[in-house]
Order: sequence, then C-alpha cells, then structure tokens
Amino acid sequence: MKISIQINEGPYQHQASDTAYQFAKAAIDKGHEIFRVFFYHDGVNNASRFTLPPQDDRNVVNQWAELGIKNADGEPELVVCIAAALRRGMLDESEASKNGIDGNNIHPAFRISGLGQLIEAGIQSDRLVVFGD
Amino acid sequence: MAIKKFMYLNRKASYGTVYAIESLEVVLIAAAFEQDVSLAFVDDGVYQIVEGQNTDGIGMKNFSKTYHALGDYDINKLYVSAESLEERGLTEADLMPLVYEDEDDDWAEKPSIKVVSNADLTKIMSEQDVCLSF
Repeated sequence: MKISIQINEGPYQHQASDTAYQFAKAAIDKGHEIFRVFFYHDGVNNASRFTLPPQDDRNVVNQWAELGIKNADGEPELVVCIAAALRRGMLDESEASKNGIDGNNIHPAFRISGLGQLIEAGIQSDRLVVFGD
Repeated sequence: MAIKKFMYLNRKASYGTVYAIESLEVVLIAAAFEQDVSLAFVDDGVYQIVEGQNTDGIGMKNFSKTYHALGDYDINKLYVSAESLEERGLTEADLMPLVYEDEDDDWAEKPSIKVVSNADLTKIMSEQDVCLSF
C-alpha cells in the first residue's frame, strides 16, 4: 500500500512525531511504500539539523533522516511546509539567502516545499495518516 | 488526475492555537487541485465561523473574513456539528452567513453552511477518501 503521513506537532514536546516514525518504520518493514511525510504546523521543527538531545535520548530528527524516504529521482520525501517553516524560523539555504539571513537549519534529508505537496500526497496515496493533537 | 473526496475537519477555535488559520491555508491551496472538498466544524472548531470576531485586543490578524471567500473557490459544503453548537450555547444564527453562487441554478446565492447531527457527520466522514484533521 502507498501511504503518506502528515505530522502536525514538534519533536519532544509531543509524541506525534515519534509515533509517526514508529508507524512509518513498521509500514516499511511490512513492505508498504511511504510516498511522502509532510511536516506542518509545529511539525516543521522536526527538520532542524541543530537538534541536540541528551546522549541517552533518541534523536527524533536523525531517526527520520535515517529512514531515508526518497522518491525515484533521489529527492527526499520528508517535506516541510514552506509557509509554516518560514514563520517559525526554519530555513533552508535558498530561503536564507533569498531573505538575507546568515544561516539555515533544515536537515539535508528534508526539503522545503508548498502545501500543494500535502494535497498531492492525499491524491496519490492509498492512505494519508495524520499524527497530532 | 483522479478526483478524491477531501474533508478538512476543524476542531479548534481560531486564535488560541495555530491550527485554524493553517487549516484554512491548506483549504485555499487545495482549491487549486479541483478535488471534491468539504469542511467540517466540530468541538471548539465551530467558533471559527462565528459572526462578529474582533481581534483588536490580542494583536493577532482577524482572518475570519477569509471564510467568505471559500464560495468563490467552489468550496460550498461546510458541515457544522449541531451538538457542538448546542454544547456552546450557539445556534446557526450566530454563524457567519457564508454563501456560494450555484452555477447549475443560474448563479443563485445559496448557503454553504449545513448544520448536521454528529450521526450524519459520521456518515459523511465515512464517505471521504481523505480526511485531514486540524
């Protein structure tokens, strides 16, 4: 089955991202395809490459990165909503330079894109599963 | 591209958290994909479409007028939970008069809001292909 996931909450504050990760991992292990994971609302914070949890805790961002969810062209399918990201200070290199900001924090296993990617995931997938409050 | 039935389920009030406005942003983008779109308002989500919102005292953007634009985007199925209204002492008369122009009926202006029981809403929800919950 082709599955997409929407994550609406940030890491550590809320279990949504952890549960979604466990779900995605189990689905892949069972032979399903994760078409796309879309990060929205505070969920965009799951893409920060500056995340540094204590050593005895899981790294939520790296866990997602290690799943290596990509499309046939090798582009990451961990997609961060651009509008939600920018208003929360989450920038990739291109948005940082476009806006004259001297840093960027999106992990390279993720990419920034528009809300259309969420709708497209809903259209293309057999199931869209939403994690959040 | 196949047409699917998308429902946007709104469960939170407008300004206490970001869910309402960011849900509306998704709905407006979704309109461009020419899918069969409906919205549901349940629990505190019914407050999103209450008439006469005023954000002057809280320094936040009043985005309630945007709901009036939904009709122009062919989004005209707005289901409101009767139980959620009643639990909050609200009636349909407290909601914004949201309308659309029916192209199959000489562009007659018709109400977009339908107050339905939770039982009916459950049935409508079960007929959807995709339900996004905010």
